[in-house]
Amino acid sequence: MDLSCTPEEEEFRARLREWLARTLPALPPRPSPDDWPGRRTYDLGWQRRLYEAGYAGVHWDATPSVRLIFLEETERAGAPYVGANFVGLLHAGPTIAAEGTDAQRARWLPPILRGEEVWCQGFSEPEAGSDLAALRTRAWRDGDDYVVTGSKIWTSHAEVADWCELLVRTGPAAPKHRGITWLALPMDAPGITVRPLRTLAGPAEFAEVFLDEVRVPVVNRVGDENDGWRVTMVTLSFERGTAFAGEVVACRRVLAELAVEARKNGRWDDPALRRRLGRLNAEFRALWRLTQWNVSAAEASGGVPGAGGSVFKLRYSHARQELYDAAAEVLGPDCLDLDRPWTPDRLSALAYTIAAGTSQVQHSIIAERILGLPKGR
Amino acid sequence: MRFRLTDDQRALRDGAREALARRFDGRALRAAVEEADGGGADAVGAGRAAGPPRLDRRLWRALGDLGFFALRVPEADGGIGLGLAEAVLVFEEAGRALLPGPLVATHLAAGVVPGAATGETVVAAVDGGLVEWLAEADAVRGDATGAVPLRSLDPLTPLHRVPAARPAPDPVAILLTAAEQLGTAGRVCELAAQHARAREQFGRPVGAFQAVAHLCAGILVRAETARAAVYAAAVTADPADIAAARILADDAAVRGARDCLQVHGGMGFTWESEVHLHLKRAWVRTQRAGGVTESEELLAAALTPETA
Ligand SMILES: Cc1cc2nc3c(=O)[nH]c(=O)nc-3n(C[C@H](O)[C@H](O)[C@H](O)COP(=O)(O)OP(=O)(O)OC[C@H]3O[C@@H](n4cnc5c(N)ncnc54)[C@H](O)[C@@H]3O)c2cc1C
Repeated sequence: MDLSCTPEEEEFRARLREWLARTLPALPPRPSPDDWPGRRTYDLGWQRRLYEAGYAGVHWDATPSVRLIFLEETERAGAPYVGANFVGLLHAGPTIAAEGTDAQRARWLPPILRGEEVWCQGFSEPEAGSDLAALRTRAWRDGDDYVVTGSKIWTSHAEVADWCELLVRTGPAAPKHRGITWLALPMDAPGITVRPLRTLAGPAEFAEVFLDEVRVPVVNRVGDENDGWRVTMVTLSFERGTAFAGEVVACRRVLAELAVEARKNGRWDDPALRRRLGRLNAEFRALWRLTQWNVSAAEASGGVPGAGGSVFKLRYSHARQELYDAAAEVLGPDCLDLDRPWTPDRLSALAYTIAAGTSQVQHSIIAERILGLPKGR
Repeated sequence: MRFRLTDDQRALRDGAREALARRFDGRALRAAVEEADGGGADAVGAGRAAGPPRLDRRLWRALGDLGFFALRVPEADGGIGLGLAEAVLVFEEAGRALLPGPLVATHLAAGVVPGAATGETVVAAVDGGLVEWLAEADAVRGDATGAVPLRSLDPLTPLHRVPAARPAPDPVAILLTAAEQLGTAGRVCELAAQHARAREQFGRPVGAFQAVAHLCAGILVRAETARAAVYAAAVTADPADIAAARILADDAAVRGARDCLQVHGGMGFTWESEVHLHLKRAWVRTQRAGGVTESEELLAAALTPETA
């Protein structure tokens, strides 16, 4: 067991740290959460800078250890979040890299890396959430196109996306997991309507997407027809495996800020609160160690994160909510003030136990795939 | 960063597991409990008979031969010369097996108290307001004046209360205790999953019911999170990492054993099941080395503006 880095890894860290210190002060101010065009410009601009400095491909090319160093250092420095680039960088991109053809890789990966194109994820439907494989959006072949009709929901960043990783049903007669296909849908195709949905946190983070006989070229299919479920599992292993790792560092920063605030406003004298913050410190330290453990395991087994991702995702999503509940205790009545940054964060933390597979679903995955318990219903 | 077991560490862990299975398997555990309990089921009618448990000296010397106590004693001093990480792996196995005795105290005394390293001498230590295995010990570290026996809830850990002042807990004692808790957490996870796969109700294994499956998954999640924390603390030996490891490991062991008991239903509430022994030992360990409050306070104090 070794937690130290190789000289090459340390050198990577030092270079990145130096670059961040130089680059971050020159960034434009962050746009408001309601300003979607502004957010798109800002997030793509950040990606562009990463690209020009040679850090854009870290998510795909580097070893898991280097990827972890990248996430650790960018979070520690308070660098912008991937934001609108989330789907492109963290799952559509890796999926195309793993499952796409050379032509597909050449078409889609460079614009993601250069900060030119935004992707969204069209998996969920009104009648297919946790039971993702129950999706109904239909696609049938018409010459060199698929014709797609149906609707998607909770599609994050759909308003500003150029592309959508879309799951459609191509084999209506096949068993439900077998008739699914993974398509890259251009979001400006005729027949697409995007209706933003307001979230409980205020701004519209996600949208409903209606598809009315939308034509998608067959060359946009990643993987074989009716083999989309397997491709999707590759996507989800990335989503749960590493996508949240950097956020643990951010949570540790917030926790330390809470202690500073509590010392300032006198709440620190309450031993119950101190103990609660101490416990959260233990929790986030452990989650960071668990990340390192999972990453080391992935490195040993060839890169794809395993079911350990579900263990992490489940525990992390609850810890994050507890962190902001503790923030509310530190703030007292101010916890109701939307102008205190921890208040909106407390609201958006409510999504973590739902998005990317609910906690109940993660429990079932762990029970069945790790503990080998019989499949329930 | 290669935060996973090396081949040598894996071999050490497997070897420790096998050696313990040979010398202290489920049957030996059961026999030890029955002896301490004064004849098991027969004692029920007779009220609580029997005295405190005896320490198996042959087992103790065998542990000495295996290098359990001398593990971290430098080779130059006749020890094995391994590190904290290896000790943690071995203590995890001891926790899994519910191995009885003042293991941590004797391990810490190796190289200091003559005979401790080889298992010739049994060493107890005053820890907080308690001493484990005082009557069986050949040597006691700390001031045990005025020790009064109490009726220990763990049949295999006799306890005395002591009025002496409490010295600051030794971080290594905290970490090795956390490693034992991790062993319990892993073991109860296996026991729960085994039972959930085998026991049938309503025509199917109870593990097919989500309420049960999710209890089992929760045990695993706590155990695996604790594992990362305990192993990392063994690598860094940082006091805050150690404090975090103890908080996570206490929680994983105690709540894991409780949920495991729940999964076992009525069988879990019987003396015959192994589950209560895990829960009771886990409770005993939560009182060691200062207890969880001190660890929480240490971690709160570690939250400084510099870490913000
Ligand atoms: C902020 C946010 C962003 C999102 N972004 C996207 C996106 O970009 N693209 C996308 O495709 N999707 C997205 N989602 C959708 C998300 O993946 C789904 O909300 C999630 O999978 C749950 O599905 P559902 O909402 O239909 O809930 P349901 O599946 O209807 O679940 C309702 C409740 O029942 C429980 N439940 C359901 N099935 C079971 C079961 N078998 N066992 C036990 N309990 C069960 C659930 O845990 C939950 O408590 C997003 C969601 C949120 C909140």
